[in-house]
Amino acid sequence: MKLESKKLKTDFIKKVEELSGQNLYACYQCGKCSAGCPIVDSMDILPNQIARLIQFGEEREVLDSKTIWLCAACLQCMNRCPKGVDIARIMDAVRNIILRKGLEKFKITGLGDDFMNKIPQQALVSAFRKYT
Amino acid sequence: MKILFYPGCTLTQKAKNFYDTAVAGFKELGIELEELKNWYCCQADFSLVTDNLMAMLAASRNLVSARKEAAELAVSCSTCYNVLKRTNHLLKNDDAKRKAITDFLEEKYDGSLKVLHLLEILRDNVGFENLAKKVKNSLAGLKIAPYYGCLLLRPDDEMQFDNPENPAIFEDFIHALGAEAVDYAHKSECCGSYLLIPSRDVVVARADKILSNAIDKGANLVITSCPLCQFNLDWTQELIKKQKGSFPTIPVFYFTELLAYALGLIKDFDKERHFVPPIIR
Repeated sequence: MKLESKKLKTDFIKKVEELSGQNLYACYQCGKCSAGCPIVDSMDILPNQIARLIQFGEEREVLDSKTIWLCAACLQCMNRCPKGVDIARIMDAVRNIILRKGLEKFKITGLGDDFMNKIPQQALVSAFRKYT
Repeated sequence: MKILFYPGCTLTQKAKNFYDTAVAGFKELGIELEELKNWYCCQADFSLVTDNLMAMLAASRNLVSARKEAAELAVSCSTCYNVLKRTNHLLKNDDAKRKAITDFLEEKYDGSLKVLHLLEILRDNVGFENLAKKVKNSLAGLKIAPYYGCLLLRPDDEMQFDNPENPAIFEDFIHALGAEAVDYAHKSECCGSYLLIPSRDVVVARADKILSNAIDKGANLVITSCPLCQFNLDWTQELIKKQKGSFPTIPVFYFTELLAYALGLIKDFDKERHFVPPIIR
């Protein structure tokens, strides 16, 4: 990866900061968030690395990561962050940057009648909220 | 006494057993859960982006109408409890957002409603010692793993429910029913929640980890207060069994099912709403 100062001046960092309400530069990479994350095994980029990539303005890497779609906002990271950064809000901000371009990550078709009849309503509502 | 009650969508259908046992159990303890009129879905997710006030309207409307009728609102589902309590916190503390939301709703509201979880009412209004005295079918001999999940506990500065790293309210409840509470590592770790739909494997792996840990510690059953946690931990066991070849299944209950059972109000459990057979002996 090549770090470039011009990436620090793009709208991406500003937008994430605005939508998340978080001070992105408070993160000093202790890794406590990634250590406590229960979903981390399935992620391609660790939560603390997402924070670091955003600090460097590496928009593409962040937007293309699987990680941002796997965070279910359980807030374990936020609860343990010594700097008071709410990583789940950062994840939601990045997701919103993508979703607000009109992209939908979730389609209700194809789930199957049997599954649809069994799952709690709230699973569908939250999936729509996070993925569309 | 009467307490205004918000059941939430899932409790009216998929988790009807949660609803029925909560109402029956509390009635037996002298508390009538009176359903809030014209309630809406809470939207099942507290919006984490700063500018999406639309996502808070349904929860706000519920809070406003509840406050017109009472000073306290009881909630049973962990998800609804989290969304309503966080929205209430925001309406109380963020002047600009409160103004935007209440102007849109054409209502006045100051965030003064108290949003309470049924467990808090058991602890503070009934008292676990009193509850223990009312138990007719003691659960003595049972080892119960309390599953808190995320939403009851975090963020702790807003939820102020219990210690976010080592909560104890479920344990106190379990002891009141005469059973033993199993101490295990994953009691407040996320089950994967709605990832059930887009990334089912993640939830199956989570359920395996949580349940295996509880079973290793000797649990006979798991209790929870979230319909999605209940489903994720119960329904996935068939898939875990398929993946691993064998898995010693464990039933997952709503805490109110055990409450109603211990108070002698039900003799068995709603088999249609359980995947692992709900047998406790």
